[in-house]
Amino acid sequence: MATPPGGSNSGNWSYGPAQGQGDGAQNPNRYNFPSTPSQRQQHPYAPQGPGPSPYDQPPAPRIQPVQPQRRSPEPAPAGASNNPLVRPYAMTGGRTRPRYQLAIEALVHTTAQPHQMQGQLPEHQRICNLCREIKSVAEISALLTIPLGVARILVADLAEAGLVAIHQPGGDENAGGQPDVTLLERVLSGLRKL
Amino acid sequence: MVAGGFGVGKTTFVGAVSEINPLRTEAVMTSASAGIDDLTHTGDKTTTTVAMDFGRITLDQDLILYLFGTPGQDRFWFMWDDLVRGAIGAIVLVDTRRLADCFPAVDYFENSGLPFVIALNGFDGNQPYNPDEVREALQIGPDTPIITTDARHRADAKSALITLVEHALMARLR
Repeated sequence: MATPPGGSNSGNWSYGPAQGQGDGAQNPNRYNFPSTPSQRQQHPYAPQGPGPSPYDQPPAPRIQPVQPQRRSPEPAPAGASNNPLVRPYAMTGGRTRPRYQLAIEALVHTTAQPHQMQGQLPEHQRICNLCREIKSVAEISALLTIPLGVARILVADLAEAGLVAIHQPGGDENAGGQPDVTLLERVLSGLRKL
Repeated sequence: MVAGGFGVGKTTFVGAVSEINPLRTEAVMTSASAGIDDLTHTGDKTTTTVAMDFGRITLDQDLILYLFGTPGQDRFWFMWDDLVRGAIGAIVLVDTRRLADCFPAVDYFENSGLPFVIALNGFDGNQPYNPDEVREALQIGPDTPIITTDARHRADAKSALITLVEHALMARLR
């Protein structure tokens, strides 16, 4: 298959090495999320100094840095005050890949009891509250204003903790994950009834 | 998937048939220049967001169809690769006044093997070219359906989806 320039055949998201590493400490954040899991010792909205930060943690496995990390302190960019304080991948602890690959249309349904939610991260709680009615990963991302890749990781965390059930789309593994004939027939019949 | 050039009516199409107002999800990617440019003084340019609109149709108690409008710019192909997996097929919306805008999408789906249909979106209800003329111009084989549609109308969008699923089914049975 001819993948156009910039495409990815790997099946993995190329959110890329530059996030969560290197320049992170100098780059304040685009997204304003209510928590930063790796920063519990300090106020979550405190400005980040050049000292240790979650972005200096070792990268997740399989992700190779493009260049050595630069630690030299740099002044914060002048425009920093316009940016939200928490980078999108802060709430995933810098991880840019979920533990397993979730389809964008995978359906998520909360199985957790309310008492199980105590002590969970706010984002995890928001996802669980949202998914009391079944929602796709894409809807979680859109409705909670979380970038898609971050939503995937958080949902995978919840699934691993047994707090949500995931229904991955049915697909024919022999046909590149494309829907099988039975599913296509059901979709066709459903569309005609609309 | 609903693909096509910028402003061709992808989100309109999705909205016409979706049971919810189209939602927007954003993916964050590093800019194409990451690792090449000196990012020292461009702290706000390390990431780019790609927006993607989508809708949903509940077809049955346990069957939900999601319609994803693809991000238009060519450099976001990686998002398409992600969407193709598990997709039934693609509707390539075409504005015949700007035919070339659909070339990248047509090339992409021809290469990926995902079943697709071409839907000529008639702006203001006009269809200046008929499907045969477009087939000739795009060099599309006879197996790929080319239909006319009005992305604003639910019945048209639904009909386009049915054409696509029928086409995907035929492709699987061949």
